[in-house]
Amino acid sequence: MSRADLIGAAYLVCAALFIIGLKRLGSPATARSGNRLAAVGMAFAIVATLIDRRVLGFGWIALGAAVGGIAGAVGARKVKMTAMPQMVALFNGFGGGAAALVALADYHDTVTLPGHVAAKIIVSILFSSVVGSISFAGSMIAFGKLQEVITGSPVTVAGQQAITGGLFVVVLALCAVLATGHESQPLLGVAMAVSLVLGVQMVMAIGGADMPVVISLLNAFTGLATASTGFVLSNNVLIIAGMLVGASGTLLTQMMGRAMNRTITNVVFGAFGTGSGTAVAGAGATDGQVRATTAEDVAIMLAYARRVVIVPGYGLAVAQAQHNVRELADQLERRGVDVRYAIHPVAGRMPGHMNVLLAEADVPYTQLYEMDDINPEFPRTDVSLVIGANDVVNPAANNTPGSPIYGMPILNVDQSTAVVVLKRSMNTGFAGIENELFFDPKTSMLFGDAKASVSSLTTAVKNA
Amino acid sequence: MNEPLLLELTVFVLAAFVGVEVISKVPTTLHTPLMSGTNAIHGVVIVGAILVAGSHHGALTTTVGTIAVALGASNVVGGFLVTDRMLEMFKRKPAPAPDDTADGGG
Repeated sequence: MSRADLIGAAYLVCAALFIIGLKRLGSPATARSGNRLAAVGMAFAIVATLIDRRVLGFGWIALGAAVGGIAGAVGARKVKMTAMPQMVALFNGFGGGAAALVALADYHDTVTLPGHVAAKIIVSILFSSVVGSISFAGSMIAFGKLQEVITGSPVTVAGQQAITGGLFVVVLALCAVLATGHESQPLLGVAMAVSLVLGVQMVMAIGGADMPVVISLLNAFTGLATASTGFVLSNNVLIIAGMLVGASGTLLTQMMGRAMNRTITNVVFGAFGTGSGTAVAGAGATDGQVRATTAEDVAIMLAYARRVVIVPGYGLAVAQAQHNVRELADQLERRGVDVRYAIHPVAGRMPGHMNVLLAEADVPYTQLYEMDDINPEFPRTDVSLVIGANDVVNPAANNTPGSPIYGMPILNVDQSTAVVVLKRSMNTGFAGIENELFFDPKTSMLFGDAKASVSSLTTAVKNA
Repeated sequence: MNEPLLLELTVFVLAAFVGVEVISKVPTTLHTPLMSGTNAIHGVVIVGAILVAGSHHGALTTTVGTIAVALGASNVVGGFLVTDRMLEMFKRKPAPAPDDTADGGG
């Protein structure tokens, strides 16, 4: 068996491990082993590549791998669970950047060689460098928005769509020139620079609430850029792994969008409240009074309820209040209250984010209810405790046609006997729209940081 | 159309179908870990970066390649680790933690 055969065989094993790993990631019982299998596959691919005869020196590779590997490991270990979405965005951007740089270096090597560059190579290089650049820049902006370094609300300039369209046309035109026999490294540099601007422009215009969908989309982009790099290098494992991610990422983006009642085109081209600002008031319902309450009053309601449904939202995640919430639930259960958690598919900032956070706080799985299972239970619920959630409990989604979130599946907390909303202030949620639930006569508001509020509730329940 | 390209396109198209099939039924709970896991897998672009950085085709290629290796390595290592951390949370009870040595190994 020649060395090339050996490498090919290792790549085959790697591709198989990626596919099996991905499959196992789709089920809770096997997900962790799936991730590890994929990691083993990755190790195979890397070792196989290192014995490739085209690799002449290891010094620079070792340096790059050490710097990147350590940064990645430290980042992944140190990041708080609530900050995971932006971490994924960051890593995704790095992958896109790597794909674009590999394409750039390949172009440099190819054009300095004598002879004509094959059309397949040049087209693949252009695709990788453009899509990789868009993914890099877009992911960095998504990171900035989720980290709240950049404002979470959509930032648009006059003629937003025209500019985006114009930039896109410029990139296409540059690619057309480069693909039709005109070899120029500066021109490829310009194309990549414009792609970077395009990536920034596209994601800046999208509101923070849509970031999970955007990251998922950019994840698929990076996969496609990787696959395209595979065509440049005639490397099967890049083609397979890149396309696996490209395809599954696109599907995942659609599934996430569906959970939020958004289509991909809707997310990319029609940001929430573009220009029109915030106020889509719900049929005059927001004229009413907001009723503020105290921890002691809420504690009495909770302590003597038969069933309490807790609706955790992003505010809970931000305040790191998941452990305090579990303590409160423990106190209530000790008093014989039936406590359940209602998990909206997009609670937190990503689908499934809230399950992860609550699992971290050792909340038993059996108390977590998905939206479709808990919604019929709200009419039999004494108190719904909404902690840092907003848009996912906004009745406007059910009864205000014309609201940007109309049609989005929500948790029907307004059907329970009483609603208590723990909230920092009266600011609107991520979608930037008013919530008529807060003005409902059976709703009372407990203002303050989620963690502090929940702690004082726990103390008050103990004394009740 | 030459034969290697046709073979590569075959692989490409089949991989697309596999990618769609393999995750067609995933509970919402796992969307975030799945996204993070696929995110780590496209870090395989580090393979391309290694080929570039190790090729000794001049200073520019080596520099760009080394940066690409660094970016790819953080994508791979960080991607798998952060996914593992997320999935760790799904354990019902804190079992005695087995040694985890399965981290991409960049």
